[in-house]
Amino acid sequence: MGFIFDGLLKGFFLLVNGDAEVYSIVRLSLFVSVFATAVSVTIGVPLGSLVAIKKFPFKKIVISLVNTGMGLPPVVVGLAAMLLLSRNGPLGFLGWLYTPTGMVLAQVIIATPVITGLSLSAMQSLDRRFYLQMLTLGAGQWQALWVCLKELKLSILAAVIAGFGSIISEVGAVMIVGGNIRHQTRVLTTATVLETQMGNFDGAIALGLILLGLTFLINMALTFIQQQKARAE
Amino acid sequence: MFRKILCLAVLAAPVFCGYARAEAKPAKNRTIILATTTSVQDTGLLDVLIAAFHKGGEYIVKAVAVGSGQAMQLGKTGEADILWVHSPDEEKRFVAEGYGRNRTTFMYNDFVVLGPAPDPAEIKGEKKAAGAFAKIAAAGALFVSRGDKSGTHKMELKLWDAAGVKPAPEKYIEAGQGMAAVVGIANEKEAYCLADRSTYLSLKKTLSLRILCEGDEALLNRYSLILVNPEKFPGVNAAGARAFFDFLLSKKTRKIAGKYGVEKYGRPLFIYDYPGKSEAAK
Repeated sequence: MGFIFDGLLKGFFLLVNGDAEVYSIVRLSLFVSVFATAVSVTIGVPLGSLVAIKKFPFKKIVISLVNTGMGLPPVVVGLAAMLLLSRNGPLGFLGWLYTPTGMVLAQVIIATPVITGLSLSAMQSLDRRFYLQMLTLGAGQWQALWVCLKELKLSILAAVIAGFGSIISEVGAVMIVGGNIRHQTRVLTTATVLETQMGNFDGAIALGLILLGLTFLINMALTFIQQQKARAE
Repeated sequence: MFRKILCLAVLAAPVFCGYARAEAKPAKNRTIILATTTSVQDTGLLDVLIAAFHKGGEYIVKAVAVGSGQAMQLGKTGEADILWVHSPDEEKRFVAEGYGRNRTTFMYNDFVVLGPAPDPAEIKGEKKAAGAFAKIAAAGALFVSRGDKSGTHKMELKLWDAAGVKPAPEKYIEAGQGMAAVVGIANEKEAYCLADRSTYLSLKKTLSLRILCEGDEALLNRYSLILVNPEKFPGVNAAGARAFFDFLLSKKTRKIAGKYGVEKYGRPLFIYDYPGKSEAAK
């Protein structure tokens, strides 16, 4: 039992004294996840809203596909991205395998369906007549969508939180696509796996604590924005 | 609503039953926890040997395949009953510190230095692995390291020591992953790496890397068994561990291991040498 407490203690000290390598790992984790979330939001929110608002054939099947995408196993995404990006793969010419860019790509594939699906259901919860009314008042389609999204900012922020949460904590895909290369593609989750495999539980606990703390801080920031909006309404 | 819950329950029932049955079968002291390294499991030999051991036996072996570092750690916390590892210096320390006993070296395979076919560092023909490493560093060629304190990583570090050089940091990629992943990265980046022969053979078809240096005594990879000391950890299944230990050192294992891989690769993946010179060579 003692070794767990020791680990916690040493983990805490590692955190406080934090060396350059840990900071660079934290920076990369943040960069990759924030960047990937931004891209996913840019794709997912408009896409989800459009699917919700438009009427088209096979709509239910499309929605089912999006919902399935919300549960995409990250390792499968990682595998697919790795095969696509490998030197002899179709996207090999990009040279993105084992780079942070490649990791962003994999995470975008994971987070986009989550954000799309949640925006979609948020938009569907809004009375469609609201959107139609905007149109009759002379708004363009994108203008009308924008107004609807503003109405829904609480749910949309929840979608962003969920999307971010699904990738900052993700390990399988970034391990496969990034390669967990020291000083290049090592992020908090893969570093934690490595420390555990080396039997270095102190380091693993320290990294785990940092990851938890970071996720909490970011979620807290997003939640504050969200709740402030809630009060303003 | 009730109907939905009922549906869910019906769907979930077989899963739970499956669990219950799987858990009920092996009584607690029938289970042997083997801590071993990924390199042993990846070849498939472990599964074959465990299946042979299960046949007619009363014990169930649960193999936890991790890096050598973590395998040792599992032994040090009394989590495992028996270790099958390849990190000689650490093994000796492990036994000396009283965590284990009866350390027996029983089989080996070997490492090879892989590199891209054009061989920019011109190591082909180099007999000594350390010499090849020195050339790689001198030529400033890319090298992919396990970087995970595994047995393989430790051997690599020893070779850099013997070569008396260190590659430039920007040419030295520390992957922090398993053997197959590291070979894959080296293949993608057209870099050099140290790999065990069985991993190389099993991946050969997908690789453009070639074996550029092999056969050096320093490249031999010796596997040992260690029984976790039951006096230190009363929870250890000492009888079971002993039975598996004896099985792995039996003629039967010798026969299985000696043939393993011959059909597929034209040569055995492991050389079984217990009882034999491995003890003397240690």
